[in-house]
Amino acid sequence: MILETKIALARAAGALSRRSGRGATSLPGKLLMRMEPRAIERLARRLPAGSAVISATNGKTTTAAMVAAILERGGTRLVHNRAGANMAGGVASELLGAARRGDGIDADAGLFEVDEFWLDRVVPQLQPRALLLANLFRDQLDRYGELETIADRWSAAVAAAPQTKLVLNADDPLVADLGRGSAPGRVTYFGVQDDAMALPGMAHASDSKHCRRCGAPYVYDSIYMGHMGHYHCPNGDSRRPQPDVYATDVTLDGTRGARFELHVGAADATVALPLPGLYNVYNALGAAALTSALGASLQQIVAGLAATQAAFGRAETVTVGGRELAILLVKNPAGANEVLRTLALDEGEHDVLAVLNDNIADGRDISWVWDADFEVIAERVRQVTCSGTRAAELALRLKYAGIAPARLRVVPGLERGLDAALGDGAGRLVALPTYTAMLALRELLVARGAAQGSFR
Amino acid sequence: MAEVAAGSPTLRVCALYPDLMNIYADRGNLLMLARRCEWRGLGFAVMAAGLGEGVDPDAHDLFYLGGGQDRDQRLCALDLVRTKSEALHAAADRGALLLGVCGGYQLLGHRYALAGEEIPGLGLVELETIRSDGPRLIGNVAIEVELDGPDGGRRVLAGFENHAGHTHLAAGEQPLGRVLKGHGNTGSSGLEGVRRRNVVGTYLHGPLLPKNAWFADWLIATALGLDALDPLDDTFEDAAHAEARRAAGV
Repeated sequence: MILETKIALARAAGALSRRSGRGATSLPGKLLMRMEPRAIERLARRLPAGSAVISATNGKTTTAAMVAAILERGGTRLVHNRAGANMAGGVASELLGAARRGDGIDADAGLFEVDEFWLDRVVPQLQPRALLLANLFRDQLDRYGELETIADRWSAAVAAAPQTKLVLNADDPLVADLGRGSAPGRVTYFGVQDDAMALPGMAHASDSKHCRRCGAPYVYDSIYMGHMGHYHCPNGDSRRPQPDVYATDVTLDGTRGARFELHVGAADATVALPLPGLYNVYNALGAAALTSALGASLQQIVAGLAATQAAFGRAETVTVGGRELAILLVKNPAGANEVLRTLALDEGEHDVLAVLNDNIADGRDISWVWDADFEVIAERVRQVTCSGTRAAELALRLKYAGIAPARLRVVPGLERGLDAALGDGAGRLVALPTYTAMLALRELLVARGAAQGSFR
Repeated sequence: MAEVAAGSPTLRVCALYPDLMNIYADRGNLLMLARRCEWRGLGFAVMAAGLGEGVDPDAHDLFYLGGGQDRDQRLCALDLVRTKSEALHAAADRGALLLGVCGGYQLLGHRYALAGEEIPGLGLVELETIRSDGPRLIGNVAIEVELDGPDGGRRVLAGFENHAGHTHLAAGEQPLGRVLKGHGNTGSSGLEGVRRRNVVGTYLHGPLLPKNAWFADWLIATALGLDALDPLDDTFEDAAHAEARRAAGV
């Protein structure tokens, strides 16, 4: 069977599946991959400007949204797995959707976020022009295994695409180490250069605190989040590389946004980011470094970042039941800590809807909630409604974080939980859902006309 | 924070390698112990013992050893044997509680055999662990345990396990409990964990105590030699325990 026939078959199956109400965006891609294991490679080759790949534990979808805003501003037409289907099937589905008769494709370039566990299978096929590796935190240990294992797989992916430019976070030791021994000019490093942002100490759930070469604990001159910061090995085996793209003069405006001075080589400009928190400053730096490696101008980068819309469920704000509802995805301790730290910047007491699910895509193991520092918002909440499949343990975590039981309510069913939270209080409600909880919450909001659907 | 009532005992905990052996949020266990002591007016003190640091066998009522990544577990195993083994044996002999969780459980035994390598253990209990080439044993788990002493009787411990090692108990060594749902020590023996008097090990990893507040109280009472503890309002604790049991299917 020729590729064209396989594409037609996979498309037809996808259309059938959508009609029957199953919205799996990766299904046609999975089918195509079964018929043609090199489908990604064969379709990606059609992209005249090649592709860019993003992977990280946290921030993939938001960073990709920033990169898209920057590249589209320059007139590039993208094939982009915007809805976050980021395993091989999702990437293949997007390419399949853009493929045209003959050897055509309806895009100039590909932009793909790729699941950290799938990177070593997708990158060799894509042979992207540039690969952004942004951070590695502990996440879903039952699914992904230990951090060192992922770092090894990433290292294999980097080796399997020797022509690919690397864009690496200088502040994350495990990630920066992937650039070791690279040809001159292959790597662009990015990082934060602002001592005012440094934390007083390392968070409990910090990872990769030891030199990947000699095993000695790193010495940190400053820590920005988790294990990210300015570090060096006491034996001189490694140190944070000097970043080519970096932020200074960072100002965080609560949950609303952030400003910083973006330096790209010798040039610099002020970025007004409509997304909150230092973690989004890191996402913006990754996006800036990646697009700069692809040839975007500083002006185009700054304009793109300022125009970035929140990716769905990531700092997205909607109006429902007469209240403003801000959705902040939390799915692992490092990500949760940054969201909580950002919430704590806002004045007053928060009303919170916290939703903990333990479905496969969330990780069946919910141990991580005991690693997240809910203590930082203990004095800053008026009422927390706990919902989801593991609502009770989340409520217990909050009780032990110092929130009075009278301020906690357990309503496992999400729709009832949402209504209970909306019905009690006024003003803004902050939702903190895990991944599948975020999808379910958005579906509820779409059904109520409060949010736009994510799938066309 | 509640005041410590005059004349009340203090639970003195030694956390072994809290920065390395903490992969599954083991700090949840220490937090649970701390709060449940405070709310009852009992004292609580925790001291960390890291790489190269000695421990005083008489200065603690409960020693806690959690789980770590392979590399960190290896580092800690070598350090345990070199710098802490004698003190931990002395502590166990005089009746202090030792709780090993996940990787920490494996280190209570004689050895952990991996492909082409052997990690030494403390030898506090007669068991050994062998790394299996098969799939990791992962999932929600519930076991039935029978503990003597305060708040004992036949009870359920619910939690989550994730291990590649299969742990084999020597003849005569007792498990902590029998598997109701999940894998346990080997995936087939029906046994979970180990218990010899005051030395307890289990694969129910990370925040095991939040899911089983009754077991946190058993540890507190046993470590302090108390017959009973003041009751607390455990509405949330009971709900979390029931939820963890449901997740395991019990």
